[in-house]
Amino acid sequence: MSRAESLTVRAPSPLWTFGLLRSELVTTFRRWRTLALLGVLAAVPVLVGVAVRIETKGGAPSGRGGDGGGPAFIAQITNNGLFLVFTALAATLPFFLPMAVGVIAGDAVAGEANSGTLRYLLVAPAGRTRLLLTKYVTTIAFCLVATLVVAVSALAVGALLFPLGDLTTISGTQISFADGLGRALLMALVVTGSLTGLAALGLFVSTLTNSGIAAMATTVGLLITVQILDQIPQLHAVQPYLFSHYWLSFADLMREPVYWDDLVKNLELQALYAAVFGSAAWARFTARDITA
Amino acid sequence: MDEASATEPDPAAHGAGDGPAAGDAGDGVIRTRALTKRYRGGQLAVDGLDLTVPAGSVFGFLGPNGSGKTTTIRMLMGLIEPTSGTARVLGHPMPRASRAVLPHVGALIEGPALYGFLSGRDNLLRYDAADPTADPGTRRVRVAAALDRVGLTAAAGKKAKAYSLGMKQRLGLAAALLQPRRLLVLDEPTNGLDPQGMREIRSLVRELASDGTTVFLSSHLLDEIEQVCTHAAVMARGRLIVQGPVSELAAGAHGRLVVTTPDTGEAVRVLKEQGVAGVTADEDRVTGEPPERDLAEVNAALVTAGVRVRGFGVERASLEDAFVALTGEGFDVAG
Repeated sequence: MSRAESLTVRAPSPLWTFGLLRSELVTTFRRWRTLALLGVLAAVPVLVGVAVRIETKGGAPSGRGGDGGGPAFIAQITNNGLFLVFTALAATLPFFLPMAVGVIAGDAVAGEANSGTLRYLLVAPAGRTRLLLTKYVTTIAFCLVATLVVAVSALAVGALLFPLGDLTTISGTQISFADGLGRALLMALVVTGSLTGLAALGLFVSTLTNSGIAAMATTVGLLITVQILDQIPQLHAVQPYLFSHYWLSFADLMREPVYWDDLVKNLELQALYAAVFGSAAWARFTARDITA
Repeated sequence: MDEASATEPDPAAHGAGDGPAAGDAGDGVIRTRALTKRYRGGQLAVDGLDLTVPAGSVFGFLGPNGSGKTTTIRMLMGLIEPTSGTARVLGHPMPRASRAVLPHVGALIEGPALYGFLSGRDNLLRYDAADPTADPGTRRVRVAAALDRVGLTAAAGKKAKAYSLGMKQRLGLAAALLQPRRLLVLDEPTNGLDPQGMREIRSLVRELASDGTTVFLSSHLLDEIEQVCTHAAVMARGRLIVQGPVSELAAGAHGRLVVTTPDTGEAVRVLKEQGVAGVTADEDRVTGEPPERDLAEVNAALVTAGVRVRGFGVERASLEDAFVALTGEGFDVAG
């Protein structure tokens, strides 16, 4: 033990990890690529809003019934701009949002390995567990920011193009606009939670390779595969275990009273994915030879 | 301030960090025993390496490409787990004691790696944030000092992707100098620098060494090693061929007695008489193995025999001669 004390240094502040996290967040969100992804996500509600506006310009009957296809709530947008938030989330959750998350998560470790910066972070020494944890938290932060970008952009477009006011839930009851806004925020949080499983999966893939591009492509490929598998009726036995299976359950927040079953199942499944792939990523990353 | 703020008393009397590296003198700042790395696929990259880097030395680490230098450095820095054998850095086992050891070590491994979309200054701020012992309160000051030390202050605000190779190399060095270090591991530090930059780095290395920092330097430029290093080790095919003080290594290849004279024939005869072995004449130069006896007498004998001597002396063997003698091959110039 006496030898260990020969290397005395300034004791790391317990807040040091937050310094590393802040550096990680700043680095991630200053990337041109991150901003481009967020820009694309912000554009989706604009497209949906403008399309709906043009479609209904001639005073077409609103509330044709939701069976006509398109994302949930789309038929109600002309009555209340707030529905554009729900529609935009339903439109981006199957692909745009998780794809963006796949890019950020896949690049998290592999991108640093690719550019060689990983070795300098590790000899700093950031510590492998802390670095991985920081990467995961940053990816989750990106999930939240990306979802909020979609929601806020949708709210702005909705307010600009359509009337706002009290709204009707799926169950047919009336709720106030403020209550509706609260539910929209809750939805954004649930959508963020829906992405945490994929984020862990992407981070695990990211620890397997030194190529950021390969990790991103693999993660997005897995996402597409899972989304396809979830559509094949013969595979209904495995579908409840696919991370995307309960994603659209966030619409249940618009019922009165809220129907929690699928929402809870979704969050449980995400927690399971985060635990399994988070552990796998940790096991891999802490034991790996850093040769890049 | 970092080291001085150490609060715990130090029973091991290793100097609590002041008087850098003082406590490691007997042990070697870097000490490996039978250090071996076999990669998956069976390739033996490092084979039973016993390396000792004395405290306060400027240690040159030589070897052709693919000889295992980089694998060794990565094992010392805790990036790669050895297959067998042990590595101790600053007296602590690696990679187990990474968190205690690495804050005292500045490293430049296989060239600099930077975030191209960040400015030079922001790159350093990021690396400093990754060091748990770095004080965030002094971060900006230390980053500015490190930039100044490598002459990058003027370019600190430029995006790193716009940097030339030499500027990137300087920024990598600055990252290694963010904190006072007890050991600097510099892999090819002058790569990509112009002659003026090389001179600056060499004087920086000397300056750091005179402050008591041990410098572990790998380079493909033998004359550079010869100019700045006090000790050196040579690796080839994963094995350590030789290590020791540079003066001894070069002496191992023997110097040569060189006589410059227009009367070469007569000089050859006299030198042979005087017990000089392996005498060869080339234009006006006559060279041979220096004899045991006093060279002044050899010179007197030449003059007595009427040989007109223009120059007389022993040419020290260069490290390159020693290297070729040791490895039996030329020195691959690293890319």
